Amino acid sequence: MLDFLIRFIPRAVGQGIPLMYGSVGETITEKSGNLNLGTAGIMYVGGICGVIGAFLYETGNKTLNPFLGIFIPLGCCIAGSLAMGLLYCFLTVSLRANQNVCGLAMTTFGVGFGNFFGGSLIKLSGADVPSIALSKTSGLFSQKLPIADQAGWFGKIFLSYSFLAYAAVAIALIASYIIHNTRTGLSLRAVGESPATADAAGIDVIKYKYVATCIGAMISGLGGLYYVFDYASGVWSNDAFGDRGWLAIALVIFTIWQPVHSIWASIAFGGLYILHMFIPAGTNLAIKELYQMAPFLATIIMLIITSIRNRRENQPPASLGLSYFNME
Amino acid sequence: MHNKAPRFYIARRGDILWYKAWGIRAIAIALALLLCGFITMAATGLDPIKVYVTMLDGNFGTSRRFWMLLQNMAILLCVSLALAPAFRMHFWNLGGDGQSLMGALGAAACMICIGDRIPNVLLIIIMIAVSISCGIIWAVIPAYFKARFGTNETLFTLMMNYVATQLVAFFVIIWEVPKGSGKIGIINQSTQAGWFPQIGTNKYLLNIIIVLFITVFIFIYMRYSKHGYELAVVGESEATARYAGIKINRVIIRTMALSGAICGITGLLLVGGTDHTLTTTIVAGRGFTGVMVAWLAKFNPFVMIATTFLLVFLERGSAEITTIFGLNQSFGDIITGIILFFILSSDFFLNYKITKTKTQKEAA
Repeated sequence: MLDFLIRFIPRAVGQGIPLMYGSVGETITEKSGNLNLGTAGIMYVGGICGVIGAFLYETGNKTLNPFLGIFIPLGCCIAGSLAMGLLYCFLTVSLRANQNVCGLAMTTFGVGFGNFFGGSLIKLSGADVPSIALSKTSGLFSQKLPIADQAGWFGKIFLSYSFLAYAAVAIALIASYIIHNTRTGLSLRAVGESPATADAAGIDVIKYKYVATCIGAMISGLGGLYYVFDYASGVWSNDAFGDRGWLAIALVIFTIWQPVHSIWASIAFGGLYILHMFIPAGTNLAIKELYQMAPFLATIIMLIITSIRNRRENQPPASLGLSYFNME
Repeated sequence: MHNKAPRFYIARRGDILWYKAWGIRAIAIALALLLCGFITMAATGLDPIKVYVTMLDGNFGTSRRFWMLLQNMAILLCVSLALAPAFRMHFWNLGGDGQSLMGALGAAACMICIGDRIPNVLLIIIMIAVSISCGIIWAVIPAYFKARFGTNETLFTLMMNYVATQLVAFFVIIWEVPKGSGKIGIINQSTQAGWFPQIGTNKYLLNIIIVLFITVFIFIYMRYSKHGYELAVVGESEATARYAGIKINRVIIRTMALSGAICGITGLLLVGGTDHTLTTTIVAGRGFTGVMVAWLAKFNPFVMIATTFLLVFLERGSAEITTIFGLNQSFGDIITGIILFFILSSDFFLNYKITKTKTQKEAA
């Protein structure tokens, strides 16, 4: 059993961390009343911007300065995601375009952006395989805690992750604290519940929406970065990131808009996502496909239960998906 | 408080004249194409005009390409038509992909399981019934929960897509030919059981005609029928609808059933009409593209023909660029994205007008 856990849990965590970033970012965004369906696209953009930064730095220098090696991809990733967040805000908050349609357009754009530049870099690097490997940068990103190997099973399950994984947990905790325990969080929730009321109370609705969505986008983008440099060991291949962006949006619902729940729920989803690899189904491959439904079914069930129980604290922000116009 | 009065203020517009509205949209598209031209030049060093000519050639160059354009338009339009009534009701059906996929699954199941045992006419009738039912089931599940408990439909329909995808993946492996290939291949290649009849020598004409009929039907349904009026009232204001004695729950479920049925037909047309196979990607994200098609056309079925054309043209055209200039395939998605951003922004100028605030001197 322990053997199984030692094999299973680290992989579930590896799958779960990108989802954690995505869902925490999306939760912060949704708290301001913006339903950003572009998260899938933003995570692609975050990932590819990090790859572009790392690629330029790795090809320009023989030896990597560890600080720059981390800082350049991280900065590029955050800048790219921020740009996507600003774009979304400009369209939906300033120009009041429909949020669902903008989100879908951003996903089209973001996935296309990632695959286009990914494909171009692959061509530039002249590799034989349709992927690009940035192993040196990945080495920096996936450095484990030094004591992990000496701590036995405990080390393997809890300590064998890179700094971005622990950062995800920290961000989820901080986000949760800010949303539920500070004045800023209260104002943010007010904006998401009823922007008109918040406006009347003197809260700058536009500013809150912009800041929350942009911070959310930057956090989501880090999920893409973690995926490329840690989970995939620095190998970018087109479309590899797959449906994870949508899974992150599912997690927001599953965690009933509470980032702190995202910590265990993303790892659980990560586990469900790879469960099919560990099921002894023998030659019956078809059953494995059904197992892959699990995270989505779990989300649907959660969605139904929360709406049936209809407890006020478990509902989506009331103005989710609606634009705000203060001169009506 | 604000010390400085804003220099502009924004007010909602009443109705805008149609030619002004289309003028604004045309400007947006022109600006977008201009920007895309610059980006193309910067990214690839190619002459943008040459790129656009290649795009035209990719869509209209040969009669085969032209028919492909029409066929792709027909399928995308079909999904979009399915979504339009639901959107008009303010029910965000993002599940067009899943509902169409279920329709495709239903059609393929009939072809595989009973294909060789019954006469072709009967088989096709059963296929129609089964795929429409599959689409309806997939659409009515979220609609029921929305009507009964107010469950968020955007997220519910979205999740249903992935459940459908996995269900199809499951059956693809069950029915795979040959075993272990992970693919179904062409169904009933030798007998052509369940294949739709061709009109003349053209493989695509039947699909196109069917979709044109659906277009007219949806137009009449939304514009002139009592159902269409009711769903518009529910979309505008549930309180008004309730006051007018409209049974909201029934309208929601009925409209979504229609939405699912047409999505089912989309799947049927793909499997029975053209592809004669089943894959998890057979719908190719059209459920999402359809959202944009329907929204950009403001849910008018005939305008949707134009928006479908725009999106299919871009997609097909950029595929052509890809092959001719050795560019990456995803270039088209970037261009499509940029054009969508511009059109979405132009909506603002249709709905609102910006007026310069009078300075205090002028006011006094």
